[in-house]
This record gives sequence, C-alpha cells and structure tokens, in this order.
Amino acid sequence: MNKYLLYPGCSMESSAKAYMESMNAIVEPLDLHFEEIDDWNCCGATEYLGINLIPAYSLIARNLALAAKQSPPVNGTGGTRTVVAPCSACYLNLAKADHYMQERPSLGAKVNEALAAGNLQYKAGTLDVRHLIDILVYDVGLEKIRDAVVRPLHGLKVAPYMGCMLPRPDYQHRWSDHEHPTELDDLLRALGADVIDYPLTTNCCGGHMTQIGPETAFELIRRLVADADERGAQMMVTVCPMCQMNVDAYQNEMNHFFGTDYHMPILFFTQLMGLAFGREPKELGIGMELVSARNALANIGVEEPVTQEPAAPKKKDEGLPMPRRWTRHEGRKEALK
Amino acid sequence: MTERIGVYVCHCGSNIAGTVDVVDVANWAAEKLGHQGVVIARDYKFMCSSPGQELIEKDIKELGLTRVVVAACSPHLHEKTFRTAAKNAGLNPYLVELASIREQVSWVHSDKAVATAKSKAVVSGAVSRVIENAPLEEIKVPINPNTLVVGGGIAGIQAALEIANAGFRVYLVEREPSIGGHMAQFDKTFPTLDCSACILTPRMVEAGTHPNITLLTWSEVVNVAGYVGNFNVTIKKKARFINEELCTGCGICQEKCPKKVVDDVYEAGLGYRKAVYTPFAQAVPNFPVMDKENCTYFIKGTCKACEKFCPTNAIDFNQQDELINIDVGNIVLATGYDLFDARRVSNYGYGRLPNVFTSIEFERLSNAAGPTSGNIVLRDGKTVPKSVGIIHCVGSRDRNFNNYCSVICCMQGLKFAHLVHERTGATVYNFYIDMRTAYKTYDEFYQRVLEEGTLFVRGKVAEVTDAARYSNEKGKLIIQTEDTLAGKQRRIPVDMVILSSGLQPRHDAKEVGKMFGISCSTDGWFTERHPKLDPVATMTEGVFIVGCAQGPKDIPSSVAQGAAASARVLDKILQKEVALEPIKATINKEMCSGCRICNGLCPFNAIAFLADDNVSEINPALCQGCGTCVAACPAGAISGMGFSDEQIIAQIDGLLLRNLEPA
Amino acid sequence: MTDNTFEPTIIGFTCNWCSYRASDLAGTARMKYAPNVRLIRLMCSGRLDPTFVLRALSEGADGVMITGCHPGECHYIEQNYKALRRFLLLRRVLQGLGIEPERVKLVWASAAEGARFASETTAFVEEIRKLGPLCWGKSSEQLSVISEQPDDLLLITDNSQKEVPA
Repeated sequence: MNKYLLYPGCSMESSAKAYMESMNAIVEPLDLHFEEIDDWNCCGATEYLGINLIPAYSLIARNLALAAKQSPPVNGTGGTRTVVAPCSACYLNLAKADHYMQERPSLGAKVNEALAAGNLQYKAGTLDVRHLIDILVYDVGLEKIRDAVVRPLHGLKVAPYMGCMLPRPDYQHRWSDHEHPTELDDLLRALGADVIDYPLTTNCCGGHMTQIGPETAFELIRRLVADADERGAQMMVTVCPMCQMNVDAYQNEMNHFFGTDYHMPILFFTQLMGLAFGREPKELGIGMELVSARNALANIGVEEPVTQEPAAPKKKDEGLPMPRRWTRHEGRKEALK
Repeated sequence: MTERIGVYVCHCGSNIAGTVDVVDVANWAAEKLGHQGVVIARDYKFMCSSPGQELIEKDIKELGLTRVVVAACSPHLHEKTFRTAAKNAGLNPYLVELASIREQVSWVHSDKAVATAKSKAVVSGAVSRVIENAPLEEIKVPINPNTLVVGGGIAGIQAALEIANAGFRVYLVEREPSIGGHMAQFDKTFPTLDCSACILTPRMVEAGTHPNITLLTWSEVVNVAGYVGNFNVTIKKKARFINEELCTGCGICQEKCPKKVVDDVYEAGLGYRKAVYTPFAQAVPNFPVMDKENCTYFIKGTCKACEKFCPTNAIDFNQQDELINIDVGNIVLATGYDLFDARRVSNYGYGRLPNVFTSIEFERLSNAAGPTSGNIVLRDGKTVPKSVGIIHCVGSRDRNFNNYCSVICCMQGLKFAHLVHERTGATVYNFYIDMRTAYKTYDEFYQRVLEEGTLFVRGKVAEVTDAARYSNEKGKLIIQTEDTLAGKQRRIPVDMVILSSGLQPRHDAKEVGKMFGISCSTDGWFTERHPKLDPVATMTEGVFIVGCAQGPKDIPSSVAQGAAASARVLDKILQKEVALEPIKATINKEMCSGCRICNGLCPFNAIAFLADDNVSEINPALCQGCGTCVAACPAGAISGMGFSDEQIIAQIDGLLLRNLEPA
Repeated sequence: MTDNTFEPTIIGFTCNWCSYRASDLAGTARMKYAPNVRLIRLMCSGRLDPTFVLRALSEGADGVMITGCHPGECHYIEQNYKALRRFLLLRRVLQGLGIEPERVKLVWASAAEGARFASETTAFVEEIRKLGPLCWGKSSEQLSVISEQPDDLLLITDNSQKEVPA
C-alpha cells in the first residue's frame, strides 16, 4: 500500500467538493492511503504571495512543518515524505515555498523564525510535494489504472485541460513538458476516452481575474471553451479546482458577455476515473457542476462497453509521415540531464 | 651549494616595471638568494628580445650557469623562447624556469610595494624550484604514414582526399551505408544556391575510387589503442548481408523488396525506403544494405525476394559483423553533428502540428530527389502553402536548450525563404533574434532575400498554435511573437512553419571522445588544443578534429578545417618521427609494491601491470603527463618528470620564503 | 600601510590548461584581485598530492586554493574528478587535525573565466582573513615575535582590492 500525506486545501471542502468525493472514491481501488495533515491551514491561494512575501511563505510553510512532523519515515518504512496536493494552486504554493526556502537560506531562516512562534520548524527539501495526477500516473502507473477500468469511456470526446499552475515552473522536473504536458492525455486515454488534441491545455483560465477584471477573464475562458468546442470535445476535463470553477461557474456570464451559446461541461479527472471504475455518478459528485454534463455522459451511458480495441485508422496512401510524438519519458529524461 | 643560478628580471617596457620595482627584485634575489646559488641577477628592458636572450646565453657560457630563472611573462608565452636560448648556449632547456610576474603580478595588482613584494616571493619560488629541475630529453617516436579519418561527411572527405592525393593511405570510416553526410541531404547551398548534390557527388566519387583511400562504410570504430604515430584501431564492419565482391549495384533487390520503411536518416522521416536499400541514388559505395530490424526474412523467416531476383547472387543472409584491425599514425575525427530535436520545444508544436517542419525536413521537401520531387507542399502531400513562417534559433541561443549560436541557421533560414518564394510565390516571414550573416557574400544574399519581398520580424516566437482566436486564423497555424522593432505582440497566421533547428553535438560524442582520448566542452563539442591558434588539433597528439565535431559551422569552414587537418597530418607523416614533451611519469620498480592503485587512475591506459615482476610500468608514449598517478602512489615510487614532488615542495617553500636563511 | 589588517598568505595550485590560463586571462584583461595568492602551476589538478597542501599550511600558508578545469572539461579527460575526491577527503583530514577545512578551497575555472578566477581569489582571501592566521607549528613565544616584527615581505596591503569587479 502506498501511503501519502494529504493536503486537501480549502477548495476541496467547498467549491470543489465533487473533486474530493471522487478522489475518495478512487483511492481505495488503486490501493492508495492518504493521511490528512492535522490542523492544516489555507495556502494563501494565488494572492497572498503578491502582497507580503514572508507571512505568505510562513503560512504555506506551516503546512510543510506540520506534515514533516506528522509522519517521518522510520528507517525507510512506516512514514512518508510525500505530500499530495490535489489542487494545482496548493501544489504550486507548497512546491514554491519548499524550493525558495532551500534556494534562499535567508528566506528559510525568516520563515522558520515565524514558525518558531508556534513551536514549529521546517527544513526545506525534507518533503516531496506532488500533485494527485503525478501520483496516479507515475506511482500507481497507467497499467494499474487501465486494469481497474470496468466501464471504458469509449465514445466520450474530452479536452484534457491541465491548467497553468501545475506544469510551470517545474521545480523538480516532474512533468513530461512545461508547455504541453501529456500526463492527463495519457491518463484519460487509459480510461478509454477519446482524447482530442487540445493546444490550450496549459493556457490560463483567468484565475482570480473573474473578481478583478471579469472582461479579461471572460476572454480567457472563451478561448478555452471555444477551442474545445471547435475540436468537437463533449466536455473538458481538469485537474484544478480553480480551472473547474472558472470554466463552469462563469461560462454563462461569458456567453452573455460575448453573445455566444457554448455549453461545455467541465469535470474533474477523478470523476471520470470513478465512472470508468464503475462507481455511480452520485458518489462522484456528478451533477454538482453548473454546466450540466448529463448529455455528454449519455454518450457512455448508452453505449455498449467495447471490449475490442478499435481498428487501426486506415492507412493513408497520400501525404507525408508525421514525426514520432515526444513522449513523457523523453521529456523527463531531457529535463533530468 | 652546487648550482650556479642566473636570475633575469624583465621590465617588459612598462608592463612590469610600471608596477614592480624590478631593480629591487633583482638586487634582492642576488642578496637574499645568494646562498641558494644565485650568482647573478639582472634586470633588462625586454628579456625576450634578441639582446635579452643573448644576455642569458652569454652568462651561461661565461659564468658557467647551471640553472636559469626568468621573471617575466606567463610561461605559455615565452617559456619556449628562453628554453631555446638556453639550449643554444649548451644548457639543457628544462633547467630554465619562468616566474610570471606580469600576468600574475604587475597586471593584476596596482600597489607598487605590494607588487614588488609578491614578485620577490614568486622569484624565490622559481629559484628554489629550478634547483630541483632535472635535465630532460625530448622523446622521439616514429610515425606510421597511414591515417584514419572517421566520418564521411564533407569535412572528412576533404581531409581524406588531401592526404590521399599527397600519396598516403587513408582509411575513411563511415557509420552510414554511404559517405556524403548531411550535405547529401541538402537541396541548395547558401549563398550561391549551388545544387548540393552537384558539387558533392564528384568529391564522393573521387573518395570512393581513390587508390589511396580504403572506404569502410556501414562501419564504426570500436577501439583505439596506442599513441601518436602508432595507433592501433579496431573497426566493426557491420554485416550488409550483401556480398560486395558480387554486387553490381543494379538496384533490383530494392525494387523487389516488399517491405517499405520510413527513412529516419536520409529522408529525415519524411520519405520511405525499402528494407534493403541504398540511401540515395548517388550513394558511394553503391552497394545496398539490408536493414535487419525491418527485413521480413529476419523477422518471419520467409521472403528472400531480393535473393530470388538478384542476378549475381550477391545476397548473403549469413554474413556476420567483421572486426578489422588497422595501424595508423594519425586520426582525423569528422563525426559531424546531430540536429536539435525540435520536439523539445513543445510550444512550437513540432510532432503535434502536422504542418510544422524542421529544417532538415524542408531540405528533403525542396529537394528534387526528395519525397515530393521538390514540390514544397503541406504534410497532406498536395496543398501548396500560401504563407510560410520560418523561425530562427530553434534550440539555439536559448537558456532552456543550448546557449550557443548554431551559426548556420540564419543563412539557412534565408535560403529557405528564397526557395519558398521562388517555387510557391508564398508570403514568407522570417522570425529572428539577430541576423548573423557574416562571411563572404552572405550579407549580399540577405539583401537579395529582403528585396525579393520576404518579411522579417525581429523577436523570439512564443508559440505556434492551431487554436484560432479570430476568424482569419481558422485552419491556420498562428505564430505568436513579440515584434521587438514595432514594440508589440503579433499573431501571424500561416499555412506552414519551418523551424530552423540548431546543431547539437552527436549524441555519442562523449563516448567517442573518451575512446579517442579527447575531451568535450560543456556544450559537448570536441575541445580543440587552442580556440584561435590551434583549432584542428586536440590535447591528444595525433588526433585532429574537423567540421561540426568541433563546433557548429557551415560547409566552407568545414572544408577548410578538413584541409587544415590534412596539412597537420602530412606535416607529421613527412617528419617521419615526432618529438614528445618529456613531461611524463616513471615508476621506480625498486620501490613499486605492485598495489595497482595507479592502474585504474590513468585515462590513457598508459600504466600496465607486469604480473611476473609484480610491478606496474608506464608506457612513456601513452603517458600524457597529468601526474595523477604520481600523486596517488602510496609508496612514492612514481615520479613526474618536470613536475616532481621535490620541485613542487621546493617551490612551496620558496614561495613562502622559507629559503632565505642558509640551511 | 595599515598595520592592523591581517594579510593572509595563500598558496594556489593551478592546472596548466584551464585555471592557469584563467589567471593569465585575468592578467591580460587587467582584472585586479587580492595579491595574497601565490600560484604554483601543475599539469593537472590530478597531480595535486594532498601532502603539498599540508606542506604549504605547515610552512606558513594560511590557506590553499586548488583550481582546475570544470568537471567534464579536464584536458586529461577526468582527472579533475580525482582532485575533487582528494579534496573532499583532505578536508576531513584537516578537520581531524584541528584545522578549519575552509582553509582549503576548490575552484573550477575554465581558460575563459579570468573574471571568475579573480573574483574567487578575492573572495577566498576575505574568507581566510576572517579565519585569521593559521600559525601551524609556532609556539606562542614565536607568535609574539612574529606579531611584533612583521616580515615586510609577508605584510601585504590590499589597496588594489577596491578595483576588483564584483
């Protein structure tokens, strides 16, 4: 059994409840054990670091300090050094704090001074901060995920949307590529879904611009939704509560603003994993989304499970061959050089 | 006190004397170091001038000096000068020591008192050291007149032809089935737009038929032993599965072979070949090669179509790899480059967006002998592009990938612009960081392309995407870039994107370098002996580097280097023997305990263990004189000539002024 | 001359191909650096016998700077790695002898890095200045003699240091 410390983050308990529920539903079949960090606090989201650095880093580092204290590995067994953050913003903040505390010892010292007030301390570099999808793709492995699929998502056309906070800046070289990572594509394909080539996979959803400058955010959301629609996606799939919220909750307003009529549901990848693993929609928070995914999911609901691999695409006589695709293994290899 | 030492302090005009009180230094040496054997200490305006040298020569003869210390510039500049002067006066040149008081004192310090004091210490170190110097003799080794050239691209061909034409044997080894290298893949060459094949093919044929050139294609060097003048090289000649004696190169086997394979090498993945193939029509030699990985017979055990149709029974499925052993005196490495893998710049979409092409793909696309017969079309094989964007510096001058400039990409981009314009009439955009059109007639070509109407946008392209934002972008590739001259962001929709990819060291350059005993720079290119004054020689005597193996360069420079290296090789051959610096390590067998610690430390395999005597021995011709074994020997049995423990320890004591009082 | 500033004496070992050429380049480019280091040229940093360092420290040097080609750029392919190994072991030995291991420093400098050579030298002199004199093998009596009658040759001011580029 793989054991990890879980830093859920605030969204998972509120706006992204569906993410939390669906994550809990897939943890068990994949033999994962998540232990929540006791007494964790907000990571400061995307704003606090822009306001006041030391308190912001201290806020984040408190969670790291708690995590490091909670489950130290004893002789390589028992505990864990890995903290899992399902939310991209939380992941980025934790990774960033860990990185900069190590790179800039003076920052590390100041943060630890603040932590000391609460009888805590954190030595940067002690923990591995990782995102949920990283654990699923690289620890659990696509093979095991594929084996757990009982209801392949054949016929469901999805746009894989990684968001901008996960792959960049890639402090620890965890992703196949900073600009066009393929982890989510690979995972969805393992579930049997029909994954479209989505060039905007790492584009920004607008983040909190929906609050500050909605017009800017609407244009960013429009680009994402319009391109997914253009390419025939029935839904977008995301790994980030912020992305999900912006595309889902502001889609209506965006339509209103531009005079468009898009209907592009967006679900968490864990919800689709749950479905593929045979769980019931209501266990997975499906239905909580504002832009309903019902029509899109009907595509897999009505279709007979296909047991065979679809026939290879017909050989084209005309045209020139394409170069081999860049794989995530190559990406990591290059990055680690 | 047996040595008689002369100390000569150079003014170097005001270079040294401006900051160091040279007279004081000389007087001090005579006074304080007299007990060490300093019998004369002089200062002079320019020691390296003829009168300066004569001064030393005269003192050696008249005062009977047995050691000389010259306090002047860096030994890298004038050590040879003063050693020669000593030799002329009958003193062993290795009994001269240079104390650098210019590069290490007068030029880097400004306080005169401080600089003078440090100069004294430096002179004191040199005096103490020179006492321990031993007379050394240069080592002479005979030179085998044969030469190995590794790599059959244009640089290697040039080197091989020059040496062969001078009447000496050359072994030209090439990894691929044919010589020709990257140049054989190109359509036109900049800036003259000569047809690449037209100028290359005669050279290839000449190399292939030259009586003094032994051509070994589909072969790789697997081992190199020996040293300058006496290398022993093992070459693996891979099985072609074609009997070269019988094959006439008629091409029937290729015609009949039912297995079509994407040609990743010659056609850059853009075209097909058969499982048995010659890479291109003008290949030298013209014998095909069987691709074992893809041949139906090797996979399934049946087929043999080629064998059935071969009119001369030249197909031999039982052929085995062969090891060939040759002796050569010199080696020229012309191993070339790999193209930067454009898939790494994922924001340019190569590998994902069909109509993004690399430079080498475009070369094949525009080549009349290429997969589209020279028609510049999109990846669907038929649509002619109406607008084309050429992106410069892909993978070069970029901190994320390679820091260096790949030299050829600007001119390559201009050439592409011209060809696209000429053949399709499409609108062409060049996206560049800086235009680098150095060398003869290059900038004129740039002017010509400008006049033809190619558009130039100065700025690094951020992204190539197919995500349309506006109606005019539908179905196009959009190039998002900063236009640094206009000072704004631009989105330019085009049909085709060509990535002017940079050059990279060969993926196996490190291993190859290790095999031949030469090193690579941080970027991975082979390191030359001197970046300006010795660009084709390496730190390993008898091993030369030419063409892109040494760093990115265009065809004229590669050819020039090929010729330059051949001149160096011929120089060595004609001398019949080579003198090696006697900076070597030697093992005192009496003291050697046979522990073998030194054996594994030598990267040149110069140390052999003599099991019968239970001692190690150093081959002086192989030893490069680094001294690592000297420092490691626990028994103190190894001594380093020119840099012995005694010399260094004496210099330490001297530098710390521990030698001022008579012992 | 400022009598109160401690001016350390440092022995520097350079390799013939990279770091000695870096020091030459610093000279050619007229980069000013601290004058406290006196260089010894070896063919390779791999030639450095750790006893040389101990010899220098015991004969009056306050610090030793070992320099060589960058890893991967050694002109003898990989001998600078051997220097690195010895350096790391040597620091442990120094610690065992009760000498601050910081008195020995390893610096990689390529032939093109004159500026690096200069700035690393100046930085090292400052580090040693902070550590103070080593005084290996000197009795307190001898020490007081030394402090009363400073050898004018060993006493070096650092006027030139202000011109060293950052």
